[in-house]
Amino acid sequence: MGVKTQALKKSIWVYHLNTGACNNCDIEVLDCLTPRYDIERFGMVLVGSIRHADAILVTGPVTRRSAPRLKALWEQAPKPCFVIAVGSCACSRGAFKTGYNIVGPVDAIVPVHAYIPGCPPKPEAIIDGVVKLLSTLK
Amino acid sequence: MARVTVPIGPYHPILEEPEYFQLEVEGETVTGIKFQLGGNHRGIEKIAEELTFDQVPFIVERICGICSTSHPIAAVQAMEDLGGIEVPERALYIRTIIAELERIHSHLLWVGLAGHFIGYNTVFMWAWKYREPILELCEYISGNRNNYAMMKVGGVRRDIPEEKYPRIIKTMDELVPKLELLKGAFLDDPVLHARLKGIGIMTPEDVHDFGALGPHARGSGVAIDVRKDDPYAAYDRIEWQVCTWPTCDVFARAVVRVLECIEAAKIIRQCVEKMPRGEIDAHVESLPPGEGIGHAEAPRGETFHYIRSDGTNRPVRHKMRAPTFQNYQTFKKIVIGEEIGDAMLATASADPCYSCTERIAAVDAKTGEVKYSWRDILRKAREKTRKLMDEFGRHEPWMP
Amino acid sequence: MATLPEGKTQKVAEKFGDRLTWDVKRPNRIYVTVDPDLALDVCRYIFRDLYGRFAIITGIHTPEGFELLYHFEFPEEKRIITVKTLIRDRENPRIQSLTPDIPGAGFIEREIRELLGIEFVGHPEPEHLLLVDDWPEGKYPLRRDYHG
Repeated sequence: MGVKTQALKKSIWVYHLNTGACNNCDIEVLDCLTPRYDIERFGMVLVGSIRHADAILVTGPVTRRSAPRLKALWEQAPKPCFVIAVGSCACSRGAFKTGYNIVGPVDAIVPVHAYIPGCPPKPEAIIDGVVKLLSTLK
Repeated sequence: MARVTVPIGPYHPILEEPEYFQLEVEGETVTGIKFQLGGNHRGIEKIAEELTFDQVPFIVERICGICSTSHPIAAVQAMEDLGGIEVPERALYIRTIIAELERIHSHLLWVGLAGHFIGYNTVFMWAWKYREPILELCEYISGNRNNYAMMKVGGVRRDIPEEKYPRIIKTMDELVPKLELLKGAFLDDPVLHARLKGIGIMTPEDVHDFGALGPHARGSGVAIDVRKDDPYAAYDRIEWQVCTWPTCDVFARAVVRVLECIEAAKIIRQCVEKMPRGEIDAHVESLPPGEGIGHAEAPRGETFHYIRSDGTNRPVRHKMRAPTFQNYQTFKKIVIGEEIGDAMLATASADPCYSCTERIAAVDAKTGEVKYSWRDILRKAREKTRKLMDEFGRHEPWMP
Repeated sequence: MATLPEGKTQKVAEKFGDRLTWDVKRPNRIYVTVDPDLALDVCRYIFRDLYGRFAIITGIHTPEGFELLYHFEFPEEKRIITVKTLIRDRENPRIQSLTPDIPGAGFIEREIRELLGIEFVGHPEPEHLLLVDDWPEGKYPLRRDYHG
């Protein structure tokens, strides 16, 4: 196991990005920070800069305006960086498949390493998804 | 003083919302604002034209995650207005309970974020901790913490059986003392008074000019509230009051939200106690040609839906207006003349549907050099709070 | 035609007389149709003189042209009054902007302009609000003939 992925398994720094989501998924991501779920005890921390991120939690079906930014952030992220699509919109555009302003889902723009469906997924599902991803790292 | 442009957005460290504002700043004072929305525009009005009337409540629920149930309520009311449909009484009470639960969890979310912005992190954690029982109650009643899928034209989709009443009452009984504590914290804390008063002033004339809505408007003493102005659901069958505060500033809007949570708990209790027996669904088979308007008081203000039908099972046109659409326009008034850190608070006080998230950076117009990053501005906002805390000899408010 | 409810609705009727066509669907839902060159005067009267609250504007692309519905509220009367007007020009639909008189109409007029292609003459900031700046010219998503 490489040093980088070893370090990742201990503490994962997560960057959160909304590409046009209704906010429910974003609120549930934030809920993970609160005392009930408290992801900080797993070593998961929300960071403010993409340059510190080990993973990007992406919500939303990717609107036209957000698509270039999603791509740019992925390119700026130091690798390895894992993209996690949170919510049905990020996974598959959800109810907005036919929207004229939608260019997603997320994997149409950047590679995705884990999909967490739900509308919105509960905090337990989000944590479960991230942990599952981490356990697949060799 | 060099005039610089301060772009706000689109990405905030803690919460990401793809909105974009550009602030013009002279020194540290805001002199202008420009919007570039659309990061969130999913074309729902067009999608609705391809859906059937009974599918529409599901998509409008996802216009905004936090004002989630107010859109389906307004949409089905527009359909009921169109068809002259009478909704069974029990369904009206159930709609009220769901709507008020949403109001509480939305306002508590805002309180937490406001605390976070000004540097009262205990308030952030506290507010979100006491929000959890409400979300769990929503899941207990509807099956989901958010996106309740409770509304349908002619009634509600799910009943609240009597065995669920005790837990609703218990949750309200446990919540109200906490809300009273929060109310006391706001009304008694000299730091909050000094920090939030006098910022983001919006007069009643501004409210009229911009069509401002919800607590944003009620903080200017303007008593507009759809629940009283055009009663729907069960609001005209129970005792409750519109909450206003006269000082027209950020402080007023914060206080209004706290008071509304307490009022919401009162409404929910009465609905459970007075809940009539009977049908929950008028079993609507079709809608005639025509047009209808439905509106509801979301946590952020009035949601307004207009529907036109040609007698088929799809809308010809469905216009949806969220309250923040109008409230955004007040930013022209409430941020101009403020310092950068206070300008951010002023925008947050409107509780914009993007959960008060902006990333502000001050850029020198000539060199394009970043003078103040978002973190600098957040720090400025919190520094002011710290100074006031020292002045008044206060620590952060203690919350159990 | 049903009788007009008392109060502000009657004042509108008195002011503009037979240039208005009323449709009282319910006491709390009034619709009044008027020609485009008078629509804004009616709106201004409702907003300024009767202190009606501005709610929103709905734009609809119909076979006859472009319909605009200006929605106002009289909260103390528990009433919504909608001023309807039809722009018959299908090639270059245009109407005076309401924004100089009602600042709160600024956003919705920008939205209708980019989604339906109606020109609001005199709007102070007629730029894109929701669509990206390089959205193709002449493509209006809310028109009937727009596809994907």
